[in-house]
Amino acid sequence: MLRAIERIPITVNGEPRMVPRGASVAAALLGLGITEFRRSVTGEPRAPLCGMGICMECRVTVDGALHTLACQTEVCEGMTVRTDE
Amino acid sequence: MNERQEFDVVVAGAGPAGIAAACAAAESGAAVGLIDDNSEPGGQVWRRDRSHAPSQLARFWLNRLERASIHRFSQTRIVAATARSRVLVVEQPRGSFEVSYRKLVLATGARERFLPFPGWTLPGVVGAGGLQALVKSGLDVQGARIVVAGTGPLLLAAASHLRLAGARIQAIVEQAPLPSLTRFALQSARYGKAAQALGLGLDLIGVPLHVSSWIEAAEGARRVSAVRVRVLKKVKTYPCDYVATSFGLAPNIELPVLAGCEIEDGFVAVTGGQRTSVKDVYAAGEITGIGGVDSALAEGQEAGSGNALGADRWLPFKRLLHDTFNPRDELRSLAAPETIVCRCEDVRRSALDGMTCWREAKLQTRCGMGTCQGRVCGAALQFLNGWRNESVRPPLLPARVETLANPGRRSR
Repeated sequence: MLRAIERIPITVNGEPRMVPRGASVAAALLGLGITEFRRSVTGEPRAPLCGMGICMECRVTVDGALHTLACQTEVCEGMTVRTDE
Repeated sequence: MNERQEFDVVVAGAGPAGIAAACAAAESGAAVGLIDDNSEPGGQVWRRDRSHAPSQLARFWLNRLERASIHRFSQTRIVAATARSRVLVVEQPRGSFEVSYRKLVLATGARERFLPFPGWTLPGVVGAGGLQALVKSGLDVQGARIVVAGTGPLLLAAASHLRLAGARIQAIVEQAPLPSLTRFALQSARYGKAAQALGLGLDLIGVPLHVSSWIEAAEGARRVSAVRVRVLKKVKTYPCDYVATSFGLAPNIELPVLAGCEIEDGFVAVTGGQRTSVKDVYAAGEITGIGGVDSALAEGQEAGSGNALGADRWLPFKRLLHDTFNPRDELRSLAAPETIVCRCEDVRRSALDGMTCWREAKLQTRCGMGTCQGRVCGAALQFLNGWRNESVRPPLLPARVETLANPGRRSR
Protein backbone atom coordinates (compact mmCIF):
# COMPACT_ATOMS: atom_id res chain seq x y z
CA MET A 1 0.00 0.00 0.00
CA LEU A 2 3.03 2.25 0.24
CA ARG A 3 3.62 2.78 -3.43
CA ALA A 4 2.17 5.96 -4.87
CA ILE A 5 -1.12 5.50 -6.67
CA GLU A 6 -1.54 7.54 -9.81
CA ARG A 7 -4.75 9.53 -9.93
CA ILE A 8 -6.78 10.39 -12.99
CA PRO A 9 -9.54 12.97 -13.54
CA ILE A 10 -13.18 11.96 -13.95
CA THR A 11 -16.44 13.87 -13.57
CA VAL A 12 -18.89 12.80 -10.90
CA ASN A 13 -22.33 14.39 -10.90
CA GLY A 14 -20.92 17.31 -12.88
CA GLU A 15 -17.93 17.93 -10.62
CA PRO A 16 -14.29 17.20 -11.49
CA ARG A 17 -12.74 14.59 -9.18
CA MET A 18 -9.46 12.66 -9.00
CA VAL A 19 -9.60 8.87 -8.56
CA PRO A 20 -7.01 6.05 -8.52
CA ARG A 21 -6.11 4.75 -11.98
CA GLY A 22 -7.23 1.15 -12.44
CA ALA A 23 -9.88 1.35 -9.73
CA SER A 24 -13.41 0.15 -10.32
CA VAL A 25 -16.03 2.89 -10.50
CA ALA A 26 -17.51 1.46 -7.27
CA ALA A 27 -14.21 1.66 -5.38
CA ALA A 28 -13.56 5.14 -6.78
CA LEU A 29 -16.95 6.51 -5.71
CA LEU A 30 -16.72 5.03 -2.20
CA GLY A 31 -13.19 6.46 -1.98
CA LEU A 32 -14.67 9.90 -2.72
CA GLY A 33 -17.07 9.45 0.17
CA ILE A 34 -20.07 8.88 -2.09
CA THR A 35 -22.35 6.30 -0.53
CA GLU A 36 -25.59 6.83 -2.44
CA PHE A 37 -25.13 5.04 -5.74
CA ARG A 38 -28.82 4.82 -6.51
CA ARG A 39 -32.27 5.14 -4.98
CA SER A 40 -34.33 2.02 -4.42
CA VAL A 41 -37.89 1.75 -5.76
CA THR A 42 -39.15 3.28 -2.50
CA GLY A 43 -36.47 5.98 -2.43
CA GLU A 44 -33.90 4.52 -0.04
CA PRO A 45 -30.20 5.22 -0.63
CA ARG A 46 -28.28 2.15 -1.81
CA ALA A 47 -24.62 1.31 -2.34
CA PRO A 48 -22.62 -1.78 -3.35
CA LEU A 49 -23.43 -4.96 -1.45
CA CYS A 50 -21.83 -7.91 -3.22
CA GLY A 51 -18.94 -6.16 -5.00
CA MET A 52 -18.98 -8.85 -7.68
CA GLY A 53 -21.73 -8.20 -10.19
CA ILE A 54 -24.56 -10.13 -8.57
CA CYS A 55 -26.70 -7.78 -6.48
CA MET A 56 -27.09 -4.89 -8.95
CA GLU A 57 -27.13 -2.35 -6.09
CA CYS A 58 -24.19 -0.37 -7.52
CA ARG A 59 -25.90 0.67 -10.75
CA VAL A 60 -24.85 4.15 -11.90
CA THR A 61 -24.78 6.07 -15.17
CA VAL A 62 -21.38 5.90 -16.90
CA ASP A 63 -20.78 8.08 -19.96
CA GLY A 64 -24.52 8.24 -20.46
CA ALA A 65 -25.10 4.48 -20.19
CA LEU A 66 -27.79 3.91 -17.57
CA HIS A 67 -27.66 0.98 -15.12
CA THR A 68 -23.94 0.30 -15.50
CA LEU A 69 -22.52 -1.94 -12.78
CA ALA A 70 -19.99 0.25 -10.97
CA CYS A 71 -18.23 -2.75 -9.44
CA GLN A 72 -17.46 -4.27 -12.82
CA THR A 73 -16.44 -1.11 -14.66
CA GLU A 74 -12.95 0.36 -14.49
CA VAL A 75 -12.48 4.13 -14.31
CA CYS A 76 -10.77 5.84 -17.24
CA GLU A 77 -9.62 9.39 -17.84
CA GLY A 78 -12.44 11.77 -18.64
CA MET A 79 -15.20 9.34 -17.68
CA THR A 80 -18.47 10.91 -16.54
CA VAL A 81 -20.39 9.22 -13.76
CA ARG A 82 -23.81 10.13 -12.41
CA THR A 83 -25.40 8.70 -9.30
CA ASP A 84 -28.47 10.92 -9.43
CA GLU A 85 -30.36 9.62 -12.48
CA MET B 1 -16.34 -11.64 -34.58
CA ASN B 2 -17.94 -14.81 -35.92
CA GLU B 3 -21.61 -15.46 -35.40
CA ARG B 4 -20.77 -18.78 -33.81
CA GLN B 5 -17.49 -20.01 -32.39
CA GLU B 6 -16.95 -23.75 -32.02
CA PHE B 7 -14.95 -25.60 -29.38
CA ASP B 8 -14.44 -29.15 -28.17
CA VAL B 9 -14.73 -28.01 -24.57
CA VAL B 10 -16.31 -24.85 -23.21
CA VAL B 11 -15.73 -23.97 -19.57
CA ALA B 12 -18.15 -21.55 -17.88
CA GLY B 13 -16.35 -19.65 -15.12
CA ALA B 14 -12.67 -18.77 -14.73
CA GLY B 15 -12.21 -19.29 -11.00
CA PRO B 16 -9.98 -22.08 -9.67
CA ALA B 17 -12.31 -24.90 -10.81
CA GLY B 18 -12.74 -23.44 -14.30
CA ILE B 19 -9.05 -22.68 -14.73
CA ALA B 20 -8.13 -26.23 -13.67
CA ALA B 21 -10.74 -27.71 -16.02
CA ALA B 22 -9.67 -25.56 -18.96
CA CYS B 23 -5.97 -26.35 -18.42
CA ALA B 24 -6.60 -30.09 -18.09
CA ALA B 25 -8.68 -30.14 -21.27
CA ALA B 26 -6.30 -27.95 -23.30
CA GLU B 27 -3.25 -29.90 -22.19
CA SER B 28 -4.87 -33.06 -23.56
CA GLY B 29 -5.22 -31.41 -26.96
CA ALA B 30 -8.82 -30.17 -26.96
CA ALA B 31 -9.85 -26.81 -28.42
CA VAL B 32 -11.01 -24.98 -25.29
CA GLY B 33 -13.02 -21.82 -24.71
CA LEU B 34 -13.09 -20.29 -21.21
CA ILE B 35 -15.89 -17.83 -20.50
CA ASP B 36 -16.01 -15.41 -17.57
CA ASP B 37 -17.79 -12.17 -16.81
CA ASN B 38 -14.79 -10.50 -15.16
CA SER B 39 -12.01 -8.84 -17.11
CA GLU B 40 -9.34 -11.14 -15.67
CA PRO B 41 -9.29 -14.83 -14.73
CA GLY B 42 -9.09 -15.94 -11.09
CA GLY B 43 -12.70 -15.79 -9.94
CA GLN B 44 -13.50 -14.25 -6.59
CA VAL B 45 -10.79 -15.97 -4.57
CA TRP B 46 -7.95 -15.09 -6.93
CA ARG B 47 -9.24 -11.66 -7.91
CA ARG B 48 -6.23 -9.49 -8.73
CA ASP B 49 -5.17 -7.40 -5.77
CA ARG B 50 -3.77 -4.01 -6.65
CA SER B 51 -1.64 -3.88 -3.52
CA HIS B 52 -0.58 -7.49 -2.82
CA ALA B 53 1.13 -10.17 -4.86
CA PRO B 54 -0.98 -13.26 -5.64
CA SER B 55 -0.50 -16.39 -3.52
CA GLN B 56 1.86 -19.09 -4.70
CA LEU B 57 -1.05 -21.34 -5.61
CA ALA B 58 -2.78 -18.60 -7.59
CA ARG B 59 0.46 -17.77 -9.41
CA PHE B 60 1.00 -21.42 -10.33
CA TRP B 61 -2.44 -21.81 -11.88
CA LEU B 62 -2.59 -18.40 -13.55
CA ASN B 63 0.80 -19.11 -15.17
CA ARG B 64 -0.38 -22.52 -16.26
CA LEU B 65 -3.46 -20.92 -17.79
CA GLU B 66 -1.28 -18.36 -19.56
CA ARG B 67 0.84 -21.10 -21.12
CA ALA B 68 -2.04 -23.31 -22.23
CA SER B 69 -3.67 -22.83 -25.59
CA ILE B 70 -7.09 -21.61 -24.47
CA HIS B 71 -9.41 -19.09 -26.06
CA ARG B 72 -10.39 -16.75 -23.23
CA PHE B 73 -13.63 -14.81 -23.36
CA SER B 74 -13.44 -12.16 -20.65
CA GLN B 75 -16.17 -9.69 -19.69
CA THR B 76 -18.51 -12.21 -21.24
CA ARG B 77 -21.84 -13.14 -19.72
CA ILE B 78 -23.77 -16.25 -20.65
CA VAL B 79 -27.38 -15.21 -21.09
CA ALA B 80 -28.93 -18.37 -22.52
CA ALA B 81 -28.12 -22.05 -22.96
CA THR B 82 -29.75 -24.86 -24.86
CA ALA B 83 -28.34 -28.21 -23.76
CA ARG B 84 -29.85 -30.12 -26.68
CA SER B 85 -28.17 -28.05 -29.39
CA ARG B 86 -25.05 -27.50 -27.24
CA VAL B 87 -25.02 -23.78 -27.78
CA LEU B 88 -24.54 -20.86 -25.39
CA VAL B 89 -25.64 -17.32 -26.19
CA VAL B 90 -23.11 -14.90 -24.76
CA GLU B 91 -22.93 -11.14 -24.44
CA GLN B 92 -19.90 -8.87 -24.32
CA PRO B 93 -19.82 -5.10 -23.79
CA ARG B 94 -19.59 -4.68 -27.57
CA GLY B 95 -21.84 -7.38 -28.91
CA SER B 96 -23.22 -10.85 -28.67
CA PHE B 97 -22.63 -14.19 -30.36
CA GLU B 98 -22.98 -17.92 -29.88
CA VAL B 99 -20.49 -20.47 -28.61
CA SER B 100 -20.93 -24.17 -29.32
CA TYR B 101 -19.32 -27.11 -27.54
CA ARG B 102 -19.06 -30.88 -27.53
CA LYS B 103 -18.45 -30.91 -23.82
CA LEU B 104 -19.43 -28.25 -21.30
CA VAL B 105 -17.82 -27.78 -17.89
CA LEU B 106 -19.86 -25.66 -15.49
CA ALA B 107 -17.69 -23.90 -12.91
CA THR B 108 -19.87 -20.92 -12.09
CA GLY B 109 -18.79 -20.74 -8.46
CA ALA B 110 -20.69 -19.20 -5.60
CA ARG B 111 -21.81 -15.87 -4.28
CA GLU B 112 -22.07 -14.72 -0.71
CA ARG B 113 -25.20 -15.57 1.18
CA PHE B 114 -26.74 -12.60 2.94
CA LEU B 115 -29.31 -12.93 5.69
CA PRO B 116 -31.48 -9.88 6.21
CA PHE B 117 -31.31 -8.00 9.51
CA PRO B 118 -32.70 -4.56 10.37
CA GLY B 119 -30.56 -1.96 8.58
CA TRP B 120 -28.83 -4.36 6.17
CA THR B 121 -29.84 -2.20 3.21
CA LEU B 122 -27.92 0.84 4.52
CA PRO B 123 -24.92 1.97 2.45
CA GLY B 124 -21.79 0.71 4.19
CA VAL B 125 -23.25 -2.74 4.89
CA VAL B 126 -21.27 -4.79 2.39
CA GLY B 127 -20.49 -8.45 1.79
CA ALA B 128 -17.32 -9.65 3.54
CA GLY B 129 -15.99 -10.96 0.24
CA GLY B 130 -17.61 -7.97 -1.46
CA LEU B 131 -15.62 -5.48 0.63
CA GLN B 132 -12.47 -7.50 -0.10
CA ALA B 133 -13.26 -7.28 -3.81
CA LEU B 134 -13.77 -3.51 -3.52
CA VAL B 135 -10.43 -3.14 -1.71
CA LYS B 136 -8.73 -5.24 -4.38
CA SER B 137 -10.22 -2.95 -7.00
CA GLY B 138 -8.90 0.22 -5.43
CA LEU B 139 -10.93 1.16 -2.34
CA ASP B 140 -8.73 2.58 0.41
CA VAL B 141 -9.88 1.35 3.83
CA GLN B 142 -6.95 2.71 5.83
CA GLY B 143 -8.24 3.75 9.23
CA ALA B 144 -11.80 2.63 8.44
CA ARG B 145 -13.63 1.00 11.35
CA ILE B 146 -15.08 -2.32 10.23
CA VAL B 147 -17.18 -4.97 11.97
CA VAL B 148 -16.98 -8.37 10.26
CA ALA B 149 -20.05 -10.50 10.96
CA GLY B 150 -21.85 -13.63 9.85
CA THR B 151 -20.37 -17.09 9.66
CA GLY B 152 -17.68 -19.20 8.03
CA PRO B 153 -13.95 -19.26 7.41
CA LEU B 154 -14.33 -16.37 4.97
CA LEU B 155 -14.95 -14.01 7.88
CA LEU B 156 -11.44 -14.55 9.21
CA ALA B 157 -9.91 -14.36 5.74
CA ALA B 158 -11.75 -11.11 5.04
CA ALA B 159 -10.86 -9.61 8.43
CA SER B 160 -7.21 -10.47 7.94
CA HIS B 161 -7.13 -9.02 4.42
CA LEU B 162 -8.90 -5.83 5.47
CA ARG B 163 -6.61 -5.40 8.46
CA LEU B 164 -3.52 -5.77 6.28
CA ALA B 165 -5.03 -3.06 4.05
CA GLY B 166 -5.04 -0.73 7.06
CA ALA B 167 -8.59 -1.09 8.35
CA ARG B 168 -9.36 -1.10 12.07
CA ILE B 169 -11.34 -4.30 12.67
CA GLN B 170 -13.63 -3.52 15.59
CA ALA B 171 -14.84 -7.10 16.07
CA ILE B 172 -15.41 -10.39 14.32
CA VAL B 173 -18.87 -11.78 15.02
CA GLU B 174 -19.33 -15.50 14.31
CA GLN B 175 -22.68 -17.23 14.85
CA ALA B 176 -21.26 -20.74 15.23
CA PRO B 177 -20.72 -21.96 18.79
CA LEU B 178 -17.25 -22.56 20.23
CA PRO B 179 -17.45 -26.38 20.41
CA SER B 180 -18.19 -26.68 16.67
CA LEU B 181 -15.46 -24.19 15.84
CA THR B 182 -12.96 -26.12 17.93
CA ARG B 183 -13.96 -29.37 16.23
CA PHE B 184 -13.62 -27.66 12.85
CA ALA B 185 -10.14 -26.36 13.68
CA LEU B 186 -8.96 -29.78 14.83
CA GLN B 187 -10.45 -31.71 11.94
CA SER B 188 -9.46 -29.27 9.21
CA ALA B 189 -5.82 -29.89 10.14
CA ARG B 190 -6.33 -33.24 8.41
CA TYR B 191 -6.95 -31.44 5.15
CA GLY B 192 -3.74 -29.46 5.28
CA LYS B 193 -5.45 -26.26 6.40
CA ALA B 194 -3.69 -25.85 9.76
CA ALA B 195 -0.93 -23.52 8.56
CA GLN B 196 -3.46 -21.34 6.78
CA ALA B 197 -5.60 -21.10 9.93
CA LEU B 198 -2.60 -20.30 12.10
CA GLY B 199 -1.54 -17.54 9.71
CA LEU B 200 -5.00 -15.96 9.90
CA GLY B 201 -4.93 -16.24 13.69
CA LEU B 202 -1.62 -14.39 13.85
CA ASP B 203 -2.89 -11.68 11.50
CA LEU B 204 -5.85 -11.10 13.79
CA ILE B 205 -4.17 -10.95 17.19
CA GLY B 206 -5.88 -8.31 19.31
CA VAL B 207 -9.17 -8.30 17.40
CA PRO B 208 -12.20 -9.23 19.56
CA LEU B 209 -13.76 -12.46 18.29
CA HIS B 210 -17.31 -13.10 19.49
CA VAL B 211 -18.64 -16.62 18.90
CA SER B 212 -22.28 -17.71 19.26
CA SER B 213 -22.97 -14.06 18.38
CA TRP B 214 -24.71 -12.15 15.65
CA ILE B 215 -25.69 -8.69 14.46
CA GLU B 216 -29.08 -7.60 15.70
CA ALA B 217 -29.24 -4.39 13.68
CA ALA B 218 -27.22 -1.89 11.69
CA GLU B 219 -27.93 1.72 12.54
CA GLY B 220 -27.45 4.97 10.70
CA ALA B 221 -29.35 7.69 8.89
CA ARG B 222 -28.19 7.54 5.29
CA ARG B 223 -25.30 5.15 5.84
CA VAL B 224 -24.24 2.75 8.54
CA SER B 225 -22.73 4.36 11.63
CA ALA B 226 -22.95 1.55 14.20
CA VAL B 227 -24.04 -2.04 14.70
CA ARG B 228 -25.72 -3.73 17.63
CA VAL B 229 -24.27 -7.17 18.27
CA ARG B 230 -25.80 -9.86 20.49
CA VAL B 231 -23.01 -11.46 22.49
CA LEU B 232 -24.40 -14.22 24.71
CA LYS B 233 -27.19 -12.49 26.64
CA LYS B 234 -25.83 -8.96 26.22
CA VAL B 235 -26.01 -6.43 23.42
CA LYS B 236 -22.86 -4.52 22.49
CA THR B 237 -22.79 -1.51 20.17
CA TYR B 238 -19.84 -0.94 17.86
CA PRO B 239 -19.52 2.37 15.98
CA CYS B 240 -18.26 1.60 12.45
CA ASP B 241 -17.80 2.84 8.89
CA TYR B 242 -18.46 -0.54 7.23
CA VAL B 243 -20.12 -3.79 8.20
CA ALA B 244 -18.66 -6.71 6.26
CA THR B 245 -21.23 -9.47 6.42
CA SER B 246 -21.49 -12.95 4.99
CA PHE B 247 -23.39 -16.05 6.02
CA GLY B 248 -21.45 -18.51 3.91
CA LEU B 249 -21.75 -19.06 0.20
CA ALA B 250 -24.65 -19.82 -2.11
CA PRO B 251 -23.86 -21.70 -5.33
CA ASN B 252 -24.50 -20.01 -8.69
CA ILE B 253 -26.76 -22.73 -10.05
CA GLU B 254 -28.74 -20.62 -12.53
CA LEU B 255 -26.79 -21.80 -15.59
CA PRO B 256 -26.70 -25.47 -14.47
CA VAL B 257 -30.46 -25.38 -13.94
CA LEU B 258 -30.98 -23.81 -17.34
CA ALA B 259 -28.76 -26.51 -18.86
CA GLY B 260 -31.08 -29.10 -17.31
CA CYS B 261 -28.74 -30.45 -14.62
CA GLU B 262 -30.28 -32.27 -11.70
CA ILE B 263 -30.03 -30.35 -8.42
CA GLU B 264 -29.71 -32.11 -5.06
CA ASP B 265 -30.05 -30.18 -1.80
CA GLY B 266 -29.38 -26.95 -3.64
CA PHE B 267 -26.19 -28.09 -5.41
CA VAL B 268 -25.49 -29.62 -8.82
CA ALA B 269 -25.61 -33.41 -8.48
CA VAL B 270 -22.47 -35.09 -9.86
CA THR B 271 -21.23 -38.65 -10.21
CA GLY B 272 -17.77 -40.02 -11.01
CA GLY B 273 -15.49 -37.69 -12.98
CA GLN B 274 -17.81 -34.74 -12.11
CA ARG B 275 -20.51 -35.78 -14.60
CA THR B 276 -23.89 -34.10 -14.17
CA SER B 277 -27.22 -35.70 -15.05
CA VAL B 278 -26.97 -34.18 -18.56
CA LYS B 279 -24.81 -35.98 -21.13
CA ASP B 280 -21.48 -34.26 -21.80
CA VAL B 281 -22.13 -31.60 -19.16
CA TYR B 282 -19.75 -31.61 -16.18
CA ALA B 283 -19.68 -29.51 -13.02
CA ALA B 284 -16.82 -28.57 -10.72
CA GLY B 285 -16.13 -26.36 -7.73
CA GLU B 286 -18.54 -24.65 -5.34
CA ILE B 287 -21.67 -25.43 -7.41
CA THR B 288 -21.27 -29.09 -6.42
CA GLY B 289 -20.90 -28.27 -2.70
CA ILE B 290 -18.97 -25.54 -0.87
CA GLY B 291 -15.43 -26.79 -0.29
CA GLY B 292 -12.94 -24.03 -1.07
CA VAL B 293 -10.02 -23.68 -3.45
CA ASP B 294 -8.35 -27.06 -3.05
CA SER B 295 -11.44 -29.13 -3.73
CA ALA B 296 -12.38 -26.83 -6.61
CA LEU B 297 -8.98 -27.40 -8.24
CA ALA B 298 -9.24 -31.17 -7.83
CA GLU B 299 -12.77 -31.25 -9.25
CA GLY B 300 -11.85 -28.93 -12.10
CA GLN B 301 -9.00 -31.18 -13.18
CA GLU B 302 -11.31 -34.18 -13.12
CA ALA B 303 -14.02 -32.44 -15.08
CA GLY B 304 -11.57 -31.12 -17.67
CA SER B 305 -9.66 -34.35 -18.18
CA GLY B 306 -12.70 -36.63 -17.99
CA ASN B 307 -10.81 -38.95 -15.63
CA ALA B 308 -11.59 -39.70 -12.01
CA LEU B 309 -8.59 -38.37 -10.07
CA GLY B 310 -9.89 -38.73 -6.52
CA ALA B 311 -11.55 -35.33 -6.08
CA ASP B 312 -14.13 -37.06 -3.90
CA ARG B 313 -11.60 -37.15 -1.07
CA TRP B 314 -12.81 -33.60 -0.34
CA LEU B 315 -16.38 -34.69 0.39
CA PRO B 316 -15.81 -35.09 4.17
CA PHE B 317 -14.32 -31.58 4.32
CA LYS B 318 -17.37 -30.19 2.50
CA ARG B 319 -19.63 -31.89 5.05
CA LEU B 320 -17.52 -30.54 7.92
CA LEU B 321 -17.79 -26.99 6.55
CA HIS B 322 -21.54 -27.31 6.18
CA ASP B 323 -22.07 -28.83 9.63
CA THR B 324 -19.90 -26.24 11.38
CA PHE B 325 -21.24 -23.09 9.76
CA ASN B 326 -24.84 -23.89 8.94
CA PRO B 327 -26.73 -20.82 10.28
CA ARG B 328 -28.51 -21.44 13.60
CA ASP B 329 -32.30 -21.26 13.89
CA GLU B 330 -32.26 -18.02 15.92
CA LEU B 331 -31.07 -16.17 12.82
CA ARG B 332 -34.45 -16.80 11.20
CA SER B 333 -35.93 -14.17 13.50
CA LEU B 334 -33.28 -11.51 12.80
CA ALA B 335 -35.37 -9.91 10.05
CA ALA B 336 -38.22 -7.89 11.60
CA PRO B 337 -41.62 -7.59 9.87
CA GLU B 338 -40.58 -4.22 8.39
CA THR B 339 -37.13 -5.42 7.30
CA ILE B 340 -36.69 -5.44 3.52
CA VAL B 341 -36.06 -8.93 2.21
CA CYS B 342 -36.01 -8.28 -1.56
CA ARG B 343 -33.76 -5.26 -2.14
CA CYS B 344 -34.60 -4.87 -5.82
CA GLU B 345 -38.33 -4.45 -5.23
CA ASP B 346 -38.19 -3.33 -1.58
CA VAL B 347 -40.43 -6.18 -0.43
CA ARG B 348 -40.68 -6.28 3.35
CA ARG B 349 -40.80 -9.49 5.32
CA SER B 350 -44.35 -8.85 6.50
CA ALA B 351 -45.53 -8.70 2.88
CA LEU B 352 -44.66 -12.40 2.60
CA ASP B 353 -46.73 -13.43 5.64
CA GLY B 354 -48.94 -16.40 4.94
CA MET B 355 -47.32 -17.21 1.63
CA THR B 356 -46.13 -20.74 1.05
CA CYS B 357 -43.80 -20.65 -1.95
CA TRP B 358 -41.68 -18.54 -4.28
CA ARG B 359 -44.26 -18.55 -7.01
CA GLU B 360 -46.90 -17.07 -4.78
CA ALA B 361 -44.49 -14.44 -3.44
CA LYS B 362 -43.39 -13.48 -6.94
CA LEU B 363 -46.90 -13.16 -8.28
CA GLN B 364 -48.25 -11.18 -5.34
CA THR B 365 -45.32 -9.04 -4.23
CA ARG B 366 -42.72 -9.08 -7.07
CA CYS B 367 -40.26 -10.53 -4.52
CA GLY B 368 -37.28 -11.91 -6.46
CA MET B 369 -38.43 -10.42 -9.76
CA GLY B 370 -36.19 -7.35 -9.80
CA THR B 371 -32.87 -6.78 -11.51
CA CYS B 372 -30.87 -9.35 -9.55
CA GLN B 373 -33.54 -11.94 -10.35
CA GLY B 374 -33.65 -13.34 -6.85
CA ARG B 375 -29.91 -13.93 -6.54
CA VAL B 376 -29.79 -12.13 -3.19
CA CYS B 377 -33.22 -12.74 -1.64
CA GLY B 378 -33.39 -16.30 -3.04
CA ALA B 379 -30.66 -17.62 -0.78
CA ALA B 380 -32.09 -15.65 2.16
CA LEU B 381 -35.60 -17.00 1.68
CA GLN B 382 -34.32 -20.53 1.27
CA PHE B 383 -33.03 -20.18 4.82
CA LEU B 384 -35.84 -18.04 6.26
CA ASN B 385 -38.84 -19.81 4.73
CA GLY B 386 -37.43 -23.00 3.26
CA TRP B 387 -38.37 -21.85 -0.27
CA ARG B 388 -36.29 -23.05 -3.18
CA ASN B 389 -36.05 -20.98 -6.32
CA GLU B 390 -35.11 -23.55 -8.90
CA SER B 391 -37.01 -22.43 -11.92
CA VAL B 392 -34.75 -20.46 -14.20
CA ARG B 393 -35.58 -18.94 -17.53
CA PRO B 394 -33.43 -17.08 -20.03
CA PRO B 395 -32.13 -14.44 -20.09
CA LEU B 396 -30.01 -15.40 -17.09
CA LEU B 397 -29.08 -11.77 -16.61
CA PRO B 398 -30.56 -8.54 -17.85
CA ALA B 399 -29.52 -8.73 -21.52
CA ARG B 400 -29.74 -6.36 -24.44
CA VAL B 401 -32.78 -6.81 -26.64
CA GLU B 402 -30.62 -7.29 -29.75
CA THR B 403 -28.78 -10.18 -28.06
CA LEU B 404 -32.01 -12.04 -27.54
CA ALA B 405 -33.51 -11.15 -30.89
CA ASN B 406 -30.50 -11.77 -33.03
CA PRO B 407 -27.36 -13.20 -31.50
CA GLY B 408 -24.38 -12.74 -33.75
CA ARG B 409 -24.95 -9.06 -34.40
CA ARG B 410 -22.39 -6.66 -33.13
CA SER B 411 -24.03 -3.83 -31.28
CA ARG B 412 -22.95 -0.28 -31.89
